Order: sequence, then C-alpha cells, then structure tokens
Amino acid sequence: MTFLLSITPSPVLSALLWIVLVVTALFFARPTAHKLILETGRSLHKIFRIASLSVANAQTTLAERNREVLLAAGREAKERIVEREFHRINETVRKDLANYSTLHRNLSESINRIETDHQEAVDVPPDPPGWVKAVEAVAAIDSKDSRVGIGGVLGDIHKSLVKAHKEAMVAYHEASGKRHALLRKMRPEWREIQQTLDKVGKNVDSLLGRSATIDRHMQEYEDIVKGEDRAVSILSSSSLVFFFVSALVLVVAVGGATINFSLIARPMAEMVGGTSLVGGFKTADIAALVIILVEISMGLFLMESLRITRLFPVIGALPDKTRVRMIWITFTMLFLLASVEAGLAFMREVLLHDELATSALLRGDGSAVINSDYMWITTAAQMGMGFILPFALTFVAIPLETFVHSLRTIVGLVIIGILRLTSLFLRLLGSGFRYLSVLVAQLYDLPLFIPLWWAARDHGESRADNTKFQKVTP
Amino acid sequence: MKLFSLFLSCVLLVSCAPSVSHNSGVYMLIDTSGTYREEMTKAEQIIRYSLSRLDATDSFAVARIDTGSFSEKDIVAKITFDDRPSTINRQKRNFSEQISAFVRDANSSPYTDITGGLLQAVEYLNEKGPAAKTVLIFSDLKEDLQDGYIRDIEFDLDGFNIIALNVTKLRSDNVDPREYLARLEDWRTKVEKSGGHWQVINDLDGLEGLL
Repeated sequence: MTFLLSITPSPVLSALLWIVLVVTALFFARPTAHKLILETGRSLHKIFRIASLSVANAQTTLAERNREVLLAAGREAKERIVEREFHRINETVRKDLANYSTLHRNLSESINRIETDHQEAVDVPPDPPGWVKAVEAVAAIDSKDSRVGIGGVLGDIHKSLVKAHKEAMVAYHEASGKRHALLRKMRPEWREIQQTLDKVGKNVDSLLGRSATIDRHMQEYEDIVKGEDRAVSILSSSSLVFFFVSALVLVVAVGGATINFSLIARPMAEMVGGTSLVGGFKTADIAALVIILVEISMGLFLMESLRITRLFPVIGALPDKTRVRMIWITFTMLFLLASVEAGLAFMREVLLHDELATSALLRGDGSAVINSDYMWITTAAQMGMGFILPFALTFVAIPLETFVHSLRTIVGLVIIGILRLTSLFLRLLGSGFRYLSVLVAQLYDLPLFIPLWWAARDHGESRADNTKFQKVTP
Repeated sequence: MKLFSLFLSCVLLVSCAPSVSHNSGVYMLIDTSGTYREEMTKAEQIIRYSLSRLDATDSFAVARIDTGSFSEKDIVAKITFDDRPSTINRQKRNFSEQISAFVRDANSSPYTDITGGLLQAVEYLNEKGPAAKTVLIFSDLKEDLQDGYIRDIEFDLDGFNIIALNVTKLRSDNVDPREYLARLEDWRTKVEKSGGHWQVINDLDGLEGLL
C-alpha cells in the first residue's frame, strides 16, 4: 500500500493517478468484462436450470413409481378384503343355506299339520232338534178330534225339547273344546314357522349386507385399478395413518423385547460366561438378544404359516399340508424357547438372591437377606413374563408387515418432497446467478460513471449529428 | 448385494477384533507388626468392601507384612474370580471366611518389611496380567527391617496404582509430625520414581473411589 502511494512525492497525487489508471483500464476492458460477467451468469443459470429440470424429472418418475406402488398395495389390500368377504359369504351359504332342503321340508310339514288341524277345527252345525217333527204332527191334528189330548202332547214336546237342547249343548261344548285344542296345537307350529322365517331373514339380510360391502369395496377396487386421483389420495392418507400406528405398536413391542432382554441377559452369563466379549459386546448379552430375535423370527414364520401376514410369499404359497407342519414346528420351537426363558427368569431370581446374600455378608449384615414368604410371587411373575412375552412378541409380525408396506410409500413421499425442494432451490439459485451477473455488471460500471457519462455524451452528439444528416439527406 | 457383503464384512471384522482385557488385579498388604495388629478389623472391612467391588475374572490377593514379606507364604488368601455369577458369589463368601479366620488368628510380627511385600505384590500382579493393577498397603508405612535384609531395590511400578490406607500416626509422629510427613513423602517419591501412581486414604468412610 505504501509502495502504491509512493510513486509520486504526494500520496494524494499518487492515489489520484492510480484511480485514473484503474478507471481507464476498467473502461477499456468494460465490453469484455461485461460479456464475461453476463455469460458466466447465463451459463450458471443454464447449468442450474438443467440440474433443476433433471431433479424435477427424477421427482416425477419417483412420484409415478410411488403412485404405482401405492396403487399396487391398495389393489392387493382390496383383493384381500374382497376375498375375505367372499369367504364369509361362502361360509354363510355353506352353513345356513346348505340346510335349505331340510328347512323347506320342516316348513312344508308344519304347514301340512296346520292345514290338517284347520280342517279338523271347522265348525260343524248342530243337528236340528227332534221336536220339529212333533210340531208338524201337532199342527196336522184336527182341532175338533184331538183337543182333549193336546195338553199331553205339548208336555211331551216340551220334555223332548228340553232334552234335545241339553244334548245339543253338550255336543256343542265338546266340539268347541276339540276345536280349541286343535287351535292350541297349531300355536307352536306358527311360532316355529316364524322363527325359521326370522332366521332365514337374518341370513338373507347378512348376505345383503355383505354384498353391499363387497359392492363398495369393488367400487374402490375399480377406482384403484383405473388409477384415479381420489383413490391415490385415500391410499396415501391411509398409508400415513398405518405408518404411524404401526410405528407406535412397534415401539411398544421394542419395550416388551427390552424387558424380555433384561429378564434373560443376566442368567445367560451363567451359561456363556459374564466376561467374554464379541465385537465389544458381552457374549451373554448377544446370546440373550439372539434368543429374542429367534423368537421374533419364529413368530413371523408362525404368522406367515397361519396366513395372517404375507411378508414371505413362499410360505403362503406352500401346500396346506406343509404349511400345517410348519405351523406346528414353529409353535413347538416358540414353546421351547418360552420354556427356556421361564427357566432363565427363575435362574435370574436365584442369582439375585445369591448376590443379595453375598452382599449382605460382605457388608457384615447377614440378617439383611430378605426371606419373605411372598417372594415366590415375584419369582412366579418373572417366570410367567418369561413364558408369555415370546408369544406376545409373535404378534409383532402384524404391525411389522404394515410398517414395512407403509414405509415404502412414506420414504417415497419424503424423497419426493426433498427432490421437489431441491429442484426449487436449484431453480432459484440459477435465477439468482443470472440476476447477480446483471447486478455485478452494473456495479462494474459504478466507478466508471465519469468516462461513461462522457462516452454517452459523445454518443448522443454523434447520434444527433447523424439524425441531422439523415434528415438532410432525403 | 454389494451393500450386504460390505455389512457382513464389517460385522465379521468387528467380531474378530481382539478382545481388550477389562479385568483388574488387587493385592492388599496388611501390616501385622506391633500395635498395628489392633487395626485388623478395619483391614477386614476394607477387604470386604474390595470383594464387593470386584467382578468376574478379577484377581485379588491378601498378604501380611511381617519380618520377611517377599514370600508366597505370606499370602493369606488369593483368588481369581470365575466368569459365572453364581461361582463368583461362592468364591467371595469363601474368601471372606478365610479373611475372618486370618483376622481372628493372626500373630504380631516383630519386624515390618513393606518393600518386600510390595515386591511380592508386583510379582503377583505382573504374573496375573490384569488391565488395572492396584496395591493396597494397610500400614503405618514405618518400615523396620531385620538385620541382613536388603531392600534397596529398584521397582518397576509402571501401570500400578499404590494406595496407602489408614496410615496411622505413631507416638513419635505426634512428638515430631515431620517424621510422619517425611515418611509419606519418602514413599510417594519412591513409588512415583518407579512409574507408579501414589494415593493415601486415611478416612475409611470414604472408600467409594477406592476401586
């Protein structure tokens, strides 16, 4: 700096000289510098634009793929649901409507019985009383000849009438009693028919309900097959919900596995030693972890064999006989491992007591060892947990399957989001460089305002002269 | 597939890495000379505390300081713990019983050969080769050698932690405390010159940081 200001005796003069020299140099280099700056800006703009387009293309491709994955997953899920609904309908038809012939026969028999009873219950009119003929006979007697004996005849008629009336009443009561008995017999038949018809009605309603459900699922399935945006949107939101719910359940399962680990890690040291290390980790801890992982694997295979999950299509596609064998094998192994865990949990309690006794002895407090009558409760609880937790961990397979399936979509969505942001950033960066180059070019001109003004003035004058000339020449 | 192979290789490399020893070795010297014999109960307390702090594959030995301590015969009890928890507990109980018997029946010795005991401790711990080596000296640090015993020997205490416990003041120390301070300073210089780390703990209620 001192050197720069010492080219003349006066520093101010030196500075002015340098300014003039630099401004002159910048002025003469101006077109080239402007070109360089603007071209650099344009090139960077193009480069970032191409990069942005490339990222956007990748994002579009990924979005398409994600959409396909989502639709495929949705299609598969719907197929499973529809298949299950058809299976239920099949079960209903097989169980209830397979007995339709028996049902029909029962109904026919009931109706026949009712008809027969009804026939028998028809109201029979009572016979006309016997005294009618007697009345006719009395009417036919000549009034002159038989006036004397008419009182006797009328008395007989009266007697006959009373007797006939009594008989008719008795017969009528008997007939009514029989009819009522028949009608009483018909009542359970009606009830049976009604119950049978109610049952049939329920089955038919159930079938109708299921068919409506199938219709709804089929509609959704069609939407998925057509790849409609609405279906994709629904599947996407469902996938998010499934992801978070399954993640939550998996966290709970990890908690269970941790408790399981703490139950068996300590007594495992008794089997494999407490100090040997593998890769910096205690062998006992690794052994305990391996047992838990094997249990989870067995649980996965059991769930696969039961066709509850479909993580391994090979297992699902096995012949039924092999699959059932696999169910039994995996269940037996799980049972054995659970028994081992229960044993280890018991061993843990024994070791804990032993350690407490030793610690108390070393503290010189032998009486501090707890010998409660209720200690068996904790021992039993630990053994129970050791036995139950492996079976509980079996069900991890269900949320795991959901997690794995939804994870694909979620990861896809996250990457799409990142790519979209990257594309936008690159685009902004490209535009930023372009405008920055313009700004730098303007800033370049800033110290050259005097020569530029001079040049513009000259240029204006020459243009004015040219205009005059042009005006004159025509 | 490449990624999986890489992962598998890493796992194998990690699992095949040589295992680093984390065990510790403790050698405790107990002064049985003169009036210090009365402090044996405190020594038993420290031994029990040490036992509770030691774990699988650790080594522990207790030796008395008498007229000539550079001898295996002076080792009262020694143990290297198994790596199974149940066996460790049994070993600790047996060791504790041995120490109780020693405390009950120990005789007072006329001379105090601390240097010989320290040499024996170094030899024992070097033979066991634990990761951390600690020598506990339960003594007033007043060495009193019988005529003819040569103990002016160079030590190699590199990696050793020497802890003097319950360094009691003698009657003469009370008259001239400089004797006590000089004694401690002599031992500190001797240990640190030999490459060891020196520490004094007189408050037996603060044994938490002992091992």
